[in-house]
Amino acid sequence: MNALANPGQRADFETIAEWIRPGAKVLDLGCGDGTLLKYLKDARGTFGYGVEIADEKIQACVRNGINAIQSDLESGLSTFESNSFDYVILSQTLQAMRHTEAIVREMLRVGREAIVTFPNFGHWSHRLQVLGGRMPVSRDLPYQWYDTPNIHLCTLKDFESFCAGQNVRILERTVMHRGGRADFLPNLFGSLAVYRLERLA
Amino acid sequence: MHSDSPSVGIVTPQTARFDTPLKLRSGAVLPRYELVYETYGELNADKSNAILICHALSGNHHVAGRHSEQDKYPGWWDNMIGPGKPIDTQRFFVIGVNNLGGCHGSTGPSSLDPETGKPYGANFPLVTVDDWVETQARLADSLGIQQFAAIVGGSLGGMQVLQWSITHPDRVRHCLVIAAAPKLTAQNIAFNDVARQAILTDPDFHGGDFYAHGVTPKRGLRLARMLGHITYLSDDVMGAKFGRILRSGAFQFGYDVEFEIESYLRYQGDKFAASFDANTYLLMTKALDYFDPTHHYESGHLSEALKPAKANFLVISFTTDWRFAPERSREIVKALLDNERNVSYAEITSTHGHDAFLMVDPYYHEVVRGYMANIELGGAA
Repeated sequence: MNALANPGQRADFETIAEWIRPGAKVLDLGCGDGTLLKYLKDARGTFGYGVEIADEKIQACVRNGINAIQSDLESGLSTFESNSFDYVILSQTLQAMRHTEAIVREMLRVGREAIVTFPNFGHWSHRLQVLGGRMPVSRDLPYQWYDTPNIHLCTLKDFESFCAGQNVRILERTVMHRGGRADFLPNLFGSLAVYRLERLA
Repeated sequence: MHSDSPSVGIVTPQTARFDTPLKLRSGAVLPRYELVYETYGELNADKSNAILICHALSGNHHVAGRHSEQDKYPGWWDNMIGPGKPIDTQRFFVIGVNNLGGCHGSTGPSSLDPETGKPYGANFPLVTVDDWVETQARLADSLGIQQFAAIVGGSLGGMQVLQWSITHPDRVRHCLVIAAAPKLTAQNIAFNDVARQAILTDPDFHGGDFYAHGVTPKRGLRLARMLGHITYLSDDVMGAKFGRILRSGAFQFGYDVEFEIESYLRYQGDKFAASFDANTYLLMTKALDYFDPTHHYESGHLSEALKPAKANFLVISFTTDWRFAPERSREIVKALLDNERNVSYAEITSTHGHDAFLMVDPYYHEVVRGYMANIELGGAA
């Protein structure tokens, strides 16, 4: 199956595409098989690159004709010049990063704006499971506590106070659930958060 | 018939003669020269499917297939090039060429100088990567190829690919730069100089005119190759392959071959010294040392040097390659990113050191295969 055949599979892609100016230059961190970059290229005429560490994903990007650089995000973005991108995107990867502060800092060094998406740990179903005495397992967090790659889960509130502490301004936020918007009590009813950020001067 | 893998089969080298004088970077002029080359696959009607393979230090034009049924080994990159292989000769027209100054048929120090009727020897001028690109472009002209679909090279070959993208940006659509570097480090030049000193100080070298004396500087060439070979492998792979294994199982308390690694290196050295020309080896190592596309620029920035490049790039390095380390490939990638060129970069996990670029590795070969499959043919701009 070609992953590119179904661009709607990631609910955050559409929101990201809406925010991105046509013809912008984008860097997608943890780009997987290049689906988002392909989607943005087709929908917004963007030019850009992906960064990925996994061999099979680089292989898929190359096969899909997507520019991809094999590199470990944890070691920073030193290959990329400051302010060389309009947008740097980190889609559903933040929660799996070891150096959270460093990557957000690097994103806003390289990009004029950053777009970050992550699963909301504050969703009621997660809270309920924790209240019931278990680590949450859900559609958005489909792992067991012992095999999860997600080491830095957070809620909307956590992320927003993190941004304030990092001198990062939140330009826009969309909270989603099952592909739709979750505007009512988003920290309770939203399962996926999408943020657009810039650094404070 | 060798049926180990699909192959281009039996191939015959061809020779192209050039009578237009070639002014070399050194200032010397070659009035005429020949290049020996091989081709695999068919050139399509609009000549948009041509691929040039640039060889490394000890390579040549014999890239794939065999010269006869009796040949023990196929061309040096037969695992990469052939029908159904990553560089698929059912789709592409692939050219392998022996560089000027080589010793496998192209005009070089061991060729007869038509002026004197004797081998050029010490009179053969030093050539640079720029000079090679110029001669390769002339070969392309003679074959009616205005633009290559891709130019591919590893190591010193990768440097030629880079130079192509700078000198002839409109003549190459895709560049595959493998296990290369934008220029050699001091350490790398140092290794090359020790190799050259081994040859230059061999009493049989005779200042480069050993042909007239009926000898070859075998000892020097052998040492040069042994040294080179150590640097092309990784400590890990040497350890895994040879370790401290003794050929006879016990110390002999002498200087004959005792450890397996000694046996291997001496064998490789002897084999090479019997088949390669010492002057060509010297010349190739100098071409490596001289290569530096930034030398025209005061800033010394590779980004500036690569500004003219228009091609799309695939850059590949290997984790245990310490002669052309991944960091060096990343410098190339960075310069391409700075210029907003289309580029992908794969860092292949391998134990084989620099030699990995010649070996079969599933990830490496799939990346090349995937990249090549995406190259559009027909209606070439």
